[in-house]
Amino acid sequence: MLDLVWLAIAFPLIGVLINGLFGRVIRSKLISGIIGCTALGLSFAVAVLTWLDYTYQFWTTRDGPYYEVVLWPWMYIGNLKIDAGLLVDPLSIVMFLFVTGVSFLIHIYSTGYMAHDEGYSRFFTYLNLFVAMMLILVLGNNGAVMFVGWEGVGLCSYLLIGFWYKDMYNANCGMKAFVVNRIGDFGVLLGLFMLFTYFGSLNFTTIFKEAGSVLEPGSWIPLAIALFLFLGATGKSAQFPLHIWLPDAMAGPTPVSALIHAATMVTAGVYMVARLNPIFNASPTAGFVVALVGCFTAFMAATVAMTQNDIKKVLAYSTVSQLGYMFLACGVGAYWVAIFHVVTHAFFKACLFLGSGSVIHGMHEEQDTRYMGALAKFMPWTYFTFLASTIAIAGIIPFAGFFSKDEILWQVAIWQTRFGWAPTMLWIVAALTALMTAFYMGRVTWKTFQGQQRWTPEFVEKHKHPHESGAAMVMPLVVLSALAVVAGFLLFTPPWLGNNTTLKDFLAPSTANAQYVKTHAAAEPGQHQPEHELPAPGAEAASAGHAGEHHAAFISLGNVTATEIAFAAFSVLLALIGLLVSRQIFVNQPKATEAWKKHWAPAYQFSLNKWFFDELYHRVIVVPGTAVAYACWRFFDLRIVDGIVNGTAWIVGVTGHLVRPLQTGFVRNYALYLLLGVVILLIFNLVK
Amino acid sequence: MTLEANILSIVTFLPLVGALILLILPNTEEYKSGFRWGALAFSIATFIASLFLLLGFQANGNLHFVMQIPWIPAINAEYYMGVDGISLWLVLLNTFLFPLAILSSIGVIKTREKMYYVLMLVLETAVTGVFLAQDLLLFYFFWEAVLIPMYFLIGVWGGKNKLYATTKFVLFTMVGSLLMLVAIIALYLQSGAINVLSGPTFSLAKLMALDLPPQFQFWCFLAFALAFAIKVPLFPFHTWLPDAHTEAPTAGSIILAGVLLKMGTYGFIRFALPLFPDAAFYRLGGDFFNFTIRDLIMALAVIGIIYGALVAAVQIDVKRLVAYSSIAHLGFVMLGLMSFNQQAVDGAILQMVNHGISTGALFMLVGFIYDRRHTRLIADFGGIAKPMPVYFNFFLVIMLSSVGLPALNGFAGEFPILLGSFQVNWLMTLIATLGVILAAVYLLYMFRRVFFGEVTHPENKTLADLVPREVWSVLPLAVMTFVIGLFPTMFFGKITPDSHVVLTRMQAAETASDEALISRERPRELPPDEVADLLASRAEGGAR
Repeated sequence: MLDLVWLAIAFPLIGVLINGLFGRVIRSKLISGIIGCTALGLSFAVAVLTWLDYTYQFWTTRDGPYYEVVLWPWMYIGNLKIDAGLLVDPLSIVMFLFVTGVSFLIHIYSTGYMAHDEGYSRFFTYLNLFVAMMLILVLGNNGAVMFVGWEGVGLCSYLLIGFWYKDMYNANCGMKAFVVNRIGDFGVLLGLFMLFTYFGSLNFTTIFKEAGSVLEPGSWIPLAIALFLFLGATGKSAQFPLHIWLPDAMAGPTPVSALIHAATMVTAGVYMVARLNPIFNASPTAGFVVALVGCFTAFMAATVAMTQNDIKKVLAYSTVSQLGYMFLACGVGAYWVAIFHVVTHAFFKACLFLGSGSVIHGMHEEQDTRYMGALAKFMPWTYFTFLASTIAIAGIIPFAGFFSKDEILWQVAIWQTRFGWAPTMLWIVAALTALMTAFYMGRVTWKTFQGQQRWTPEFVEKHKHPHESGAAMVMPLVVLSALAVVAGFLLFTPPWLGNNTTLKDFLAPSTANAQYVKTHAAAEPGQHQPEHELPAPGAEAASAGHAGEHHAAFISLGNVTATEIAFAAFSVLLALIGLLVSRQIFVNQPKATEAWKKHWAPAYQFSLNKWFFDELYHRVIVVPGTAVAYACWRFFDLRIVDGIVNGTAWIVGVTGHLVRPLQTGFVRNYALYLLLGVVILLIFNLVK
Repeated sequence: MTLEANILSIVTFLPLVGALILLILPNTEEYKSGFRWGALAFSIATFIASLFLLLGFQANGNLHFVMQIPWIPAINAEYYMGVDGISLWLVLLNTFLFPLAILSSIGVIKTREKMYYVLMLVLETAVTGVFLAQDLLLFYFFWEAVLIPMYFLIGVWGGKNKLYATTKFVLFTMVGSLLMLVAIIALYLQSGAINVLSGPTFSLAKLMALDLPPQFQFWCFLAFALAFAIKVPLFPFHTWLPDAHTEAPTAGSIILAGVLLKMGTYGFIRFALPLFPDAAFYRLGGDFFNFTIRDLIMALAVIGIIYGALVAAVQIDVKRLVAYSSIAHLGFVMLGLMSFNQQAVDGAILQMVNHGISTGALFMLVGFIYDRRHTRLIADFGGIAKPMPVYFNFFLVIMLSSVGLPALNGFAGEFPILLGSFQVNWLMTLIATLGVILAAVYLLYMFRRVFFGEVTHPENKTLADLVPREVWSVLPLAVMTFVIGLFPTMFFGKITPDSHVVLTRMQAAETASDEALISRERPRELPPDEVADLLASRAEGGAR
């Protein structure tokens, strides 16, 4: 099965071809939807089979965590050898499983959500293409193939944000997303160039194998590579300073927001950092920067989410904030925790977004929570699934979010770094963010589903009351919310709570430097090379920044367990405070907020206007950039260069005009010139 | 005489034969379709003939399908044609683009149709000749022959400002090429002076074998480089291009952008650099700040990338925007060529082909809406994704290829170029990579204004989608963007052995120039083995 892993990419691509080329001919929403969903169902099946096959092989033979499938030689020039190849290892399998699984559910949901849209087949074309690209991203066995997926998902994001392109606002948002992502891609490209310069290859397995010997820990080389790559991650995963595109990406249809802008694509940056963890491990400073940026983004986005009124905007900033947590985990070296949070976040955030889609559907395209309220009665399924996910994201035990977020906070607390003050500072900010998370998620839940009915008169007049969504939309909600409840303790529980380390152990070969590599060429079945084991990397490469190992050392001490319990209790307490306070305010005393808005006007405006990042970038980058471009064109091109060119032509013309009278056409005049010439030459010679 | 020996002449002159036949036909109404389909048939036949070049083409550093017979014996000029990995794909690009360009102009060109198709065919012969000639005089002959049909194509069938544009185009090119002629003659005389026995020659291979003095190389290189730099066009010699591209008829723009610009980049890698390798490392400037000619050209290329992209972003005319984007794209090609690194050079050669395909297709697509609306202003469109969905999808694919999206052709060229040039000069590459961001800015900005939003102009509401003729003209180009993007190794495999020959030559010159620099810096103090050490360390630094 491992050799057939490419089928998972092929199925959605076939869906793209059928819906893309013949969607207009088919004209049947049912068929388009079935094609789109079937492709994903098959893809998910491949993922499950790959996982089973892999675990079987891994546990029975134990001959290496990496399984490479080479499809064809993609770019071979001299010593540059890039294959179109796939890599199966624990990290890619985890990504593979949840990406296809969540995508499958969201495809089903979309058949209901987009049922009345005229661009139905186009929608499924783009959605299938997205999944194919996302799988290329997480399965690619080298940096260049990963970059294919990296840019490919960006393209699909662009197309889907601007899906309703008749509204120029949507088209603008799509373009903004693509361009901001491209700034990140600039970083990825340079990171790849540097990787090739120092490793002579872009293959992940080569990089893992040689990182210990090529990169001198703490030198500027891994730092530069890591920071370039991280620039890419900030673009794709919407971290400061490139986070500005994600909230605007909400202009797309809600299933897109759930799939691309919450569950899967935006976690690509986290995936990349986890994938290339040997590079980040080699540079403690880079890890510190990652942690700092992640923590700041988490905090900043949370402050913004507290005041937004659009239900999707709240969720968008919440996503930015949660992604910040993931990078915080990466920064402190706890890559598996970051991936753990990626997975749990995918479940509860996808559920929240789909729930918001259900609300928007039920409220007939109303997105503003100020005009909602008391929907629980009319949309019970949506309410309970939304509530479950809210509790999960807030971090109440035993919901999924608790385990992943608490583990991040714990990893920060026990982070061993030469930046001595950093763990304390980061932990305080992260804990504060956890409190805010519970608060704003509570706020949006209560404002939407509880309290007074604040529906607009037009809405009431037209539709009387909201309606619950159909089965196609409710079913994925139920599945996702169930996962949001149970995924945490199924995958991981801390030592004081049963010590289930399934995910941690599973990921360990990928996220804690791999020991050896097994290659397998599927491209040339004729010439099967003997599978060879490559030697283990230097022990020193594995030493830097493995929080997991520190952790393992700590738990043997009894009092640390007590500390851990105290930390966990504290984070649950924060979550409870956040949820209950917001309930008290937004259900019981909704009027109070008006006074606070006035009293704290500057802070409120700062948050409401998203820290004015858009305005800042507009003034600092867009306006001067446009001015320079105009100057280049209007002044340099048209005045200077063309001035010289046309000036030369003008001089030639004028000279021609001036000497024209000499050409009289009379032979006697020419004879005179001849004579003059002779005289001048004579004089010249005589004088000389 | 076998097919093997004659195939290059067939590929080159078949269009000319077609032109002559078209000329014989009477210029009357009933023969109109004869001109159209006759020209198309001859260009397709040429394309099929050129496919034979691929058969059995094994790149090995030698010329293939060589034909070498005396042309003007009195001055030792030869009819010397040959193809290798560097020119192979350019020739195929040329024969591939011409049928499509001709197909896209059928029914669009309404005046003086006979002359139009005749000139197109003549142009095809001239361009193919440029890529195949291995004799400098023959090369110069084809080089100048390109100007004549192009001059008329722009001047007769062009837009409002056609006379200014076409005159500017010809004069710009002539300035450079006349200097090149002087350099060719100087080289010819020099070869006679060095090889007294065999006499002077125009043959590229023989001239490359000469050991030319550095100063002589420098001046000749300048003359060649100016001619090629104008053609590329390298910043700041680029201002003829936006005018010529904008005013030319659609097919003219396709050919101009698709293949004519590559004559410049091709000239560098085929003639200017291998003939005068030491000139590329000729140092300019004083003791404290000095740089080589190669640094200078790389810098101009990088400036062109950023400058072209910036100016493209603020254009109001779609065609002019695409024209400025060409300056940026060709900047990447020049950056790659001057890196003298295997990946970069191969990427640059493939990028010439890629640019021909994607920019050719962009001009074709712009031509399609120009035919419908007779305007090229971006502001006159908006929201046309709705009435023209097929057009929208083609435009999307081609635009993305131009943006450099991975798995499409643009990336297969850009990525190796930047990856290779990064090994040589990281700072310039870093700046050049910014061009990748800007490419997205100007293309997406234009795309958004043309295709998205409400249909603001009522006449755009009823725009007809592409007709089959138009689909067939652009479809092969769209398919090629995927083929090259997914299987670039197929192309690189035929390029690498031949580009490696040029590269070895350039790298040897670089080593020599470094040696000279070191011995100048530390005169006579070092014993020879220490010099060797120093050189080795330098070479290592260069590799890093």
